[in-house]
Amino acid sequence: MENNHVVRLRPPRHRVEPRAIGWWTLQASLFALPLPITFGILCLTIAPTRTFFGWATLIALLPGLLYMGVMPVWRYRVHRWETTDDAVYAASGWLWQHWRVVPLSRVQTVDTLRGPLQQLFGLSGVTVTTASASGAVKIKGLDHQVAGDLVERLTRSAQAAPQGAEQDAT
Amino acid sequence: MSAGTDARQAAQDTGPAWGRLSGRLVLVNLAILAAPVATLAAALAANGGRANLQILITLGSLFSTFLVVCGISLMRLFTTRYRVTDERIEMRSGLFFRSHRSAPIERIRSVDLTANPVHRLFGLTTVRIGTGDQGSTAGRRLELEGIATADAAELRRRLVAARDAARGRQLPADQDGPICELDWSWLRYGPLTVWGVGGVFLVAGSVYRTLHEMHVDPLKLGVVKDVEARFGSVPLWFGILVALLIVVVFGTVGATAVYIENWSGYQLRREDGGMLLVRRGLLVTRSVSIEERRLRGVELVEAIPLRWAGGARTNAIASGLGDREDNRRRRALTPPAPRAQALRVAAEVLAQDPGARSGSATATGAGLMAGDGLTAHPRVALRRRTNRALTAVLLIAAVPLGLGLWLGPALLVTAGVTAVVLLPVAVALARDAYRALGHAVRGRYLVARSGTFARRTVALQRDGIIGWRVSRSVFQRRAGLLTLGATTAAGEGIYQVRDLPVGAGLLLAEEAVPGLLAPFVERVEGAAGVSVR
Repeated sequence: MENNHVVRLRPPRHRVEPRAIGWWTLQASLFALPLPITFGILCLTIAPTRTFFGWATLIALLPGLLYMGVMPVWRYRVHRWETTDDAVYAASGWLWQHWRVVPLSRVQTVDTLRGPLQQLFGLSGVTVTTASASGAVKIKGLDHQVAGDLVERLTRSAQAAPQGAEQDAT
Repeated sequence: MSAGTDARQAAQDTGPAWGRLSGRLVLVNLAILAAPVATLAAALAANGGRANLQILITLGSLFSTFLVVCGISLMRLFTTRYRVTDERIEMRSGLFFRSHRSAPIERIRSVDLTANPVHRLFGLTTVRIGTGDQGSTAGRRLELEGIATADAAELRRRLVAARDAARGRQLPADQDGPICELDWSWLRYGPLTVWGVGGVFLVAGSVYRTLHEMHVDPLKLGVVKDVEARFGSVPLWFGILVALLIVVVFGTVGATAVYIENWSGYQLRREDGGMLLVRRGLLVTRSVSIEERRLRGVELVEAIPLRWAGGARTNAIASGLGDREDNRRRRALTPPAPRAQALRVAAEVLAQDPGARSGSATATGAGLMAGDGLTAHPRVALRRRTNRALTAVLLIAAVPLGLGLWLGPALLVTAGVTAVVLLPVAVALARDAYRALGHAVRGRYLVARSGTFARRTVALQRDGIIGWRVSRSVFQRRAGLLTLGATTAAGEGIYQVRDLPVGAGLLLAEEAVPGLLAPFVERVEGAAGVSVR
């Protein structure tokens, strides 16, 4: 069994932007905060239910705050990406972590996506798709400039690479 | 439309003659009026032949519907044309929104023939021609509804022949009978499918709902009242036993009927030009063709009651069967059948694969999907499964336990009994799930097996793997395991080998597709335990 541990997947070379931590925190707050805020308002406005909603606020708030505090930093430590002459390699996730490899010869499209929240932080996401319905590699939280360069480089090398993708597509 | 386009069309029209839909299509479309007409007739009869205002209004609306349906179907009939030239299949349709769809012959992936009961009554068939579009939607698909059955078969033959000619392929005249045909003794597997007991509840539920919508409370019907009165006088356990028996009987009958409807006339054969053709169905006949060039592997599914009876199903893993839903509907290669038969079909379907023939002996034949010789996964995987099963038992038992603490001790006993009864079942399922785990690289295929409620054995062509996805949960990271997912253009898009040791998993990836994952694997010096993050 000892031998099994001698090799491992190395982390991809580049980290995503540190600004992504802010983006993930904001995203998490949109999930985590509305419920405790609602409870909090009810607690303040309806006097007879104060005890009940006081506890409810606390119970809803604590896991939310924990999520907002832990998830973004953890993600930042995991999310990484790199490209070689032959492949795209990216790691993502926090509790459940995924490492994806796609050979450039199989790349079909390279897209960028900027949601409103990502734009607020000056971030971009790059999606690399293949013929597989589950094969897309998504690299989120890149700087606009970096993402643009990455898309251009991927598009160019995907065209240059010998085409295997076409066979799958048609 | 300008004179120029007309002239261009005329120039195009020099090809082979255009085919049309069958005139009987009008009758088929009118068949949708059968139900309202029958209702009206019944209403008239009930009313003693006298027409009141209500009936006149219904008659009027029926008549206008009749006109609209007639109009639409006549329009479809007169405007829809199709033809097959040496290079293209073309289809024109529409009066107000004219569409002219055409697809290069060599792009055709599949030609499916289906006929629903009404179509069959009038000897018609619908032809669906699948072309290369990724996620081809209904709008982009070439579909000819209502061609005479003989014409449809002829069209299918011509399309396949023309496509092979366009691709310059020599037809191997490989008409040595079907690979597999329905054996009626397989009907014994019918009740063992999911349609069994679940189906009864489904039907009972929908009947109750329908009656409820019609403001009939089934619980107040005379029959039910009568039954209730009888049941009131027998002990509870007897009533439950009888009810269970009834459910099982109806479930068995229903599931068998579904099996018959789905699989009557089933035949799997190899058509010339590298097509696998699955034909089946009693009321709705289906014919699905899968291009062997797009076949990436085969999946053997043994759901739990079926597995106990030694049965299995076979699915094709192929690209070009449409989106996920289409794919699930069309991928079946065999009905629930004896395991040996399913294995034989899997082997024969893959045998034509040129690479497999040159491969080693295990790469072909029934040995490919066989369970013996698969590499087992480490004991840690068993611990994960046991923990998961125990968690499930705890959660289930927690419900009466919680209620018991609140309401009284009777439920606490229930919780205890539930836990004691479920515990051995859960442990047995976990052991079974662990025993199911296995993987191997056999010739050109990556073979992986997992699952307990439905044990799936997948043989995936290594050439068809277009990327890796390695996943690790918190628990897997602690236990030094990983799940290796092979992404592919075919079938479900990803096929996973679950809970491998890190080292073995990375080695397996390297063995299956050399060079893809290797640049990202590093060797760790020093203490073994530390290296696994």
